[in-house]
Amino acid sequence: MQSTRLQKATIESLQSKDEAETLRLRCSGDWTIDTLHDAPDALNKIANTSRNISIVWDVSDTGRVDSAGMLLFIRTSALLKKNNCSLQVVGTTSEQEKLYALLQKYSPEHSELKPAFFSRLVTPFDRIGRNFIAFLANLRDFLAFTGENFVNLLHAIVQPRSIRYNAIVKNIEEAGVRALPIVTLTSFLIGVVIAYQGAVQLEKFGANIFIVDMIALSVTRELSPLITAIVVAGRTGSSYTAQLGVMKITEEIDAMRTMGFDPHRFLVLPRIIALIIALPLMIFFADIIGIGAGMFISHVHLNLSYPEFIHRLQNVLTVKHVWVGIGKGPFFAWLIATVGCFHGFQVSKNTESIGRYTTISVVNAIFLVIACDALFSVFFTELGI
Amino acid sequence: MNDTIITVSDLVTRFGDNVIHEGVNLTVRRGEIYGLLGGSGSGKSTLLKQIIMLLRPASGKITLLGHDLMTISRKDAASLRHHWGVLFQGGALYSSLTVAQNVGIKLREYTDLPEDMIEDLIQMKISMVGLPPTAAALYPAELSGGMTKRAALARALAMDPQLLFLDEPTSGLDPIGAEAFDKLLIELRDILSLTVVMVTHDLDTIWTIVDRFAVLGDKKVIAEGTLHEVLQTPHPIVGQFFGGPRGQIRSRDGK
Repeated sequence: MQSTRLQKATIESLQSKDEAETLRLRCSGDWTIDTLHDAPDALNKIANTSRNISIVWDVSDTGRVDSAGMLLFIRTSALLKKNNCSLQVVGTTSEQEKLYALLQKYSPEHSELKPAFFSRLVTPFDRIGRNFIAFLANLRDFLAFTGENFVNLLHAIVQPRSIRYNAIVKNIEEAGVRALPIVTLTSFLIGVVIAYQGAVQLEKFGANIFIVDMIALSVTRELSPLITAIVVAGRTGSSYTAQLGVMKITEEIDAMRTMGFDPHRFLVLPRIIALIIALPLMIFFADIIGIGAGMFISHVHLNLSYPEFIHRLQNVLTVKHVWVGIGKGPFFAWLIATVGCFHGFQVSKNTESIGRYTTISVVNAIFLVIACDALFSVFFTELGI
Repeated sequence: MNDTIITVSDLVTRFGDNVIHEGVNLTVRRGEIYGLLGGSGSGKSTLLKQIIMLLRPASGKITLLGHDLMTISRKDAASLRHHWGVLFQGGALYSSLTVAQNVGIKLREYTDLPEDMIEDLIQMKISMVGLPPTAAALYPAELSGGMTKRAALARALAMDPQLLFLDEPTSGLDPIGAEAFDKLLIELRDILSLTVVMVTHDLDTIWTIVDRFAVLGDKKVIAEGTLHEVLQTPHPIVGQFFGGPRGQIRSRDGK
């Protein structure tokens, strides 16, 4: 950068013979950010070991001085003053004096504010308390959000014309249709896994035909709703958070509010409704793929022909089981979409928080889906469905 | 010592079919505050980005401190980047770091100064740009627009650069803040022999602190020089700039 090469900053101390109480310092080279190297240490040592003496500091040989170099001078002279040394500086240039005056004006005052021992002991409890309060506040916000959302839903039902049908259709395409490939792949693999795991066990008993019961019931009742919901939470829940978060950062949401467009009506409700419509359909689709995959593996691995499989399927898979699985869909969809949108609105003004809230949104959505599924299991078992 | 710091010659910039510059020529001398002026879309910021090696021109030559930017080696480029200061229009503070960390990032990365000195330097720069000491611990998201600009300036000044690039430094500052900013810039220029290149719309800034400037228009530099020299240029764009009501108030009051 500099057209001339900078010299390393050096400092020399000369003890003059005639006066034992005088220390002569002479510095040379460039005193800049890049050239100071060990000068701070050397000066520190000199300043710390000098007591009650007078010091003559010759700076006439210094080249370029920047604020780091001048700061070093300021710090050292302060330290010397504290140690009762008198300082006389010779050979300064007017530029150096100007820089000194400028930096002296802005020099930071040192006020050491370290937390006391007691308060450091209390810190962990303080943090636990703060986190708990933050959790409660978060819960309150979520309830407020769902409440506001519900009011908007009621409003939409009373006035169906205010519903944004276009946005709903667009969201169904985005969250449902576009997700079909990945749902197909995952549910196919789930079917394969179940069939393989079951086939090995059932073959031992020669009970090959029961593979159908196993696949049909586990896929329709539990696996396809759960797996589809998890895929959707990862795919759509996160994108809801990110989309709304970006709109929050770019102040689009504030702009909508000032124009009288309620973001709940325009952004949140269409997303929730779209997912509530799309997820059950996707679960039904996943059922078909999963059972199909199981049928294929049974054919390959257990020599169970397709007609046999289908015949057995008609006997064991009553429509009730399919409805149980699909019925979970709207609940999962509501959870995923609400959590996704809620966290999207929580994004604050910096870009980093989009990433953070997207992660939180996916983790929360998946957790809630699984918790909700467990609740359904208990519920259906108690009811004997 | 060479007196010219930046030379741009016959610069051509194209984005697809859209020609932004068609033969731009300018020179920046050591120790001056140089302004790039022009209407929206005249390619001021693009030109600045090319000078600081963020964009590559389609053709032409940019020489910075004797290095030809079209053929510069990685090592020279790195050294240039260590030592200049750049202030972006929106601040471009790293949002995951506090103001103090933002200001100190180059000091920590590129120097071997002891930590307590780095902290003092950071505090000094922060108060130098007119931020309260408490701002040091804040994150960029917690700053107001003017504070963001000041923090970004503190970051640009952290390494005591010889060369400072400012993209609309006073836009978004209140008049008092803008004036203090101008004063600080002149003070620093005098003491640290700083060379400043700034993109600006602010007529006040041009009147008070800019030594020489170039007016961009019609894909070229239509006038370059001191205010007096530029005002002599008969080009209509210059007339629009300084002949409008805002410009006239200024010229009536004089410098």
